[in-house]
Amino acid sequence: MDKVLVFFFSLIGIVFTYWFFLMRKEDSTVVTDNNVDILVRGGYKPEVITLVQNQTTTLNFLRRDKNPCLEEVILSEFKIRKFLPMDKKVSIQVTPKKKGVFPFSCGMSMFHGKLIVK
Amino acid sequence: MKEIKKAFPIRGMHCASCVRVTERALKKVPGVREAVVNLATEKATVTYDPLLCEPENLADAISKTGYVMETQVINEDIEQEEKRKELNILKGRVVFSLTVGALIFWASFPGIMETAPSILRNFYVQLLLATPVQFWAALPFYKATIPALKNRLANMDTLVALGTTVAYVYSVFVTFFPDVVRKTGMEPVPYFDVGVVVIALILLGRYIEARAKAGTSQAIKKLIGLAAKTARVVRNGKETDVPIEEVRIGDTLRVRPGEKIPVDGKIISGESSVDESMVTGESIPVDKAVGDTVIGATINKSGTFTYKAMKVGSETMLAQIIKLVEEAQGSKAPIQRLADLISSYFVPIVIMLAFATFAVWYIFGPQPATLFAILNTVAVLIIACPCAMGLATPTAIMVGTGIGAEHGILIKDAESLEIAHKVDTVIFDKTGTLTKGKPEVTNVISLESKTYPRQIVLQLAASVEKVSEHSLAEAVVKKGEAEKIRLEEVVKFQAIAGHGVEGIIGKKRVIFGNRRLIEKEKISYIEALEQIEQLESEGKTVMLLGIDGKLAGLIAVADTLKDTASEGVRALQELGIEVVMITGDNKATANAIAGQVGIKRILAEVLPDQKESEVRKIQAEGKRVAMVGDGINDAPALAASDVGIAMGSGTDVAIEAADITLINKDLRTVVQAINLSKKTMRTIRLNLFWAFGYNIVLIPVAMGILYPFFGLLLSPILASVAMASSSISVVGNSLLLRRVRI
Repeated sequence: MDKVLVFFFSLIGIVFTYWFFLMRKEDSTVVTDNNVDILVRGGYKPEVITLVQNQTTTLNFLRRDKNPCLEEVILSEFKIRKFLPMDKKVSIQVTPKKKGVFPFSCGMSMFHGKLIVK
Repeated sequence: MKEIKKAFPIRGMHCASCVRVTERALKKVPGVREAVVNLATEKATVTYDPLLCEPENLADAISKTGYVMETQVINEDIEQEEKRKELNILKGRVVFSLTVGALIFWASFPGIMETAPSILRNFYVQLLLATPVQFWAALPFYKATIPALKNRLANMDTLVALGTTVAYVYSVFVTFFPDVVRKTGMEPVPYFDVGVVVIALILLGRYIEARAKAGTSQAIKKLIGLAAKTARVVRNGKETDVPIEEVRIGDTLRVRPGEKIPVDGKIISGESSVDESMVTGESIPVDKAVGDTVIGATINKSGTFTYKAMKVGSETMLAQIIKLVEEAQGSKAPIQRLADLISSYFVPIVIMLAFATFAVWYIFGPQPATLFAILNTVAVLIIACPCAMGLATPTAIMVGTGIGAEHGILIKDAESLEIAHKVDTVIFDKTGTLTKGKPEVTNVISLESKTYPRQIVLQLAASVEKVSEHSLAEAVVKKGEAEKIRLEEVVKFQAIAGHGVEGIIGKKRVIFGNRRLIEKEKISYIEALEQIEQLESEGKTVMLLGIDGKLAGLIAVADTLKDTASEGVRALQELGIEVVMITGDNKATANAIAGQVGIKRILAEVLPDQKESEVRKIQAEGKRVAMVGDGINDAPALAASDVGIAMGSGTDVAIEAADITLINKDLRTVVQAINLSKKTMRTIRLNLFWAFGYNIVLIPVAMGILYPFFGLLLSPILASVAMASSSISVVGNSLLLRRVRI
């Protein structure tokens, strides 16, 4: 009986993990005033940001998480690697020249976000 | 409260009125006593009372005027300070957890536990010791896990927090309810050592990794540290030391021996030799005289000179190098894409595998099945190391681009560095790349040695050319000056376009120019024809000197090869790379130059606008082409090639034009750049192999795949050793790149 229960709960654990982490809905926003505040705490919030092509947008990162993983943000499409000090706003300006989806991540590539350029 | 003075970068300014507007806006902010905005350096130096206003208030005031002010004063200092603090705290956690871990391990590990004091073997004492490790030393893991879980994300900290919590909770249960455990047929033994030692070792690994990682960005710190802090400005005849931010374009600066040259500029008086190695990688000091450019941050060796500031602030060579290196380090190599993709799914997959491990061991495992299930689950959670995959490429790119900058090799982005190692054909532009780009006199020949010896030939030719503005004339005059020949006065000077020059020196009528000029004057040169043709076949331009209607001498001028040309070409050929020369010169000249450096494939008589199509033709043969040029005249060809390499000396080079920029004249740097790419890519491949291989091999081992065959299981403690060392090995391997010779 205990073996059946363990099997059952482990299966639920696997399904739950899949649902919880891999089927999550991304927190997204559309930039309207060329300025977006991004909270860095256990990831990026919002993590999907829609921008307009050829328009300069300021991304204001505010890190509230001591996790060293998040101490750097990398926007490789724009060749930007910035250190994010704790509790200090770091503004990064980007002017996307082409349309597409451009990921950004932490220094260790554990946390990800996306810039969608339309 | 004392007032403070800080400089903030301001973006978006382009004229003097922008300066006025921003200064006025800053001065209106309550608490600001003084605000000086410098257009050249794009900085606002503000004196303010930090109790009355903050940088954010200043930024708000500036943003209302339509400009952007960055509130991070000097990010580098903040970063250093913060990292130092974090490392100190981490060190404390490491020391504490290692000490406690050692004590509990001593009192729990079979074979040595008997030697431990009995108090340490008491489970309640172990609980007392393990609890601060679990909830204080391991706090960073929980602190990283909780906000991530709120966002439905997981990372390595999640795995460590989960794994050690499972071991801790099980041990607490055993400590308080030994009878319940005994009833299941298991020995009621807690595993505090597992949790504590795992935490201690992972923290230790993280500490070593953080210190090693700081080394990967050393090059950029070194570059930033090169900048001069002050400059000696000469204003109204007085010399004043001013902060570097206050130097403006057009200022006259004085530099004394041993001093650092503050900004880029042009020498207006004096001469010296300058050590440019820190910027260009060239180890031999360069002689500088009036009219020569000097690079900011280089060291003046011997003489004193004054120079005019031409580039300041973000426009200086050093600032551009720093920007380029920073950009390259922020870019991503295509090879990293797979690692990125995997790491985004990795942690959830490991958690699912941990559930599966628990179920399989509990259902099918030998007795005590629960204990096996728990320990193997903890081992799976602990051993998985996504960080190694994430660090494999960027750390090597950071070290690689940094080494490049130290050798005068500026790499635009990680992709360029990745492609460069695949290059199998290098095309050199001739003029200014293989050659010095400045014609020099190679031969002075007297044809009437009794009447007009060699020295007279040179004297008359240099005298008559001194007035001319032709590029070849400069070479003749220079030669005369080099041989300390006194130049004579010329009257009735005349330049004959496309032919040469003529004039009267003393009582002699002197003409100096090409064959057409001599023919026009009806002077015979038949006796010298063989010599002329010989010189022309060597790729030289021959000028003839006629005096009073008779041919007196020949002067040959050539754009000479750089000293390092042959060695640079040979080094590439030794790597199995085909070397091609492209030039607008005629075939005879091209063949002569190519022959001297050992280049067999020559593309001659190619007009500047045809170079791009020639590059494409070679690419169509299936070759990976690197084009080496000056970056100014051959920008389209550089852009068309797989890797465009711009080469120039000091401030003249066009950094933006190329994938790789070599800021020195040394042709051996081309092969160094390719070698750097090869070695960086080898490091990346090795890193990825370790990072992937480690996870692919050891996760199944932790799950217990070897148990049915060999009875082998991986203890969680060994798993934590392996996990901690995997990230360190990747970062360490990247740092090894710093030791390689390129």
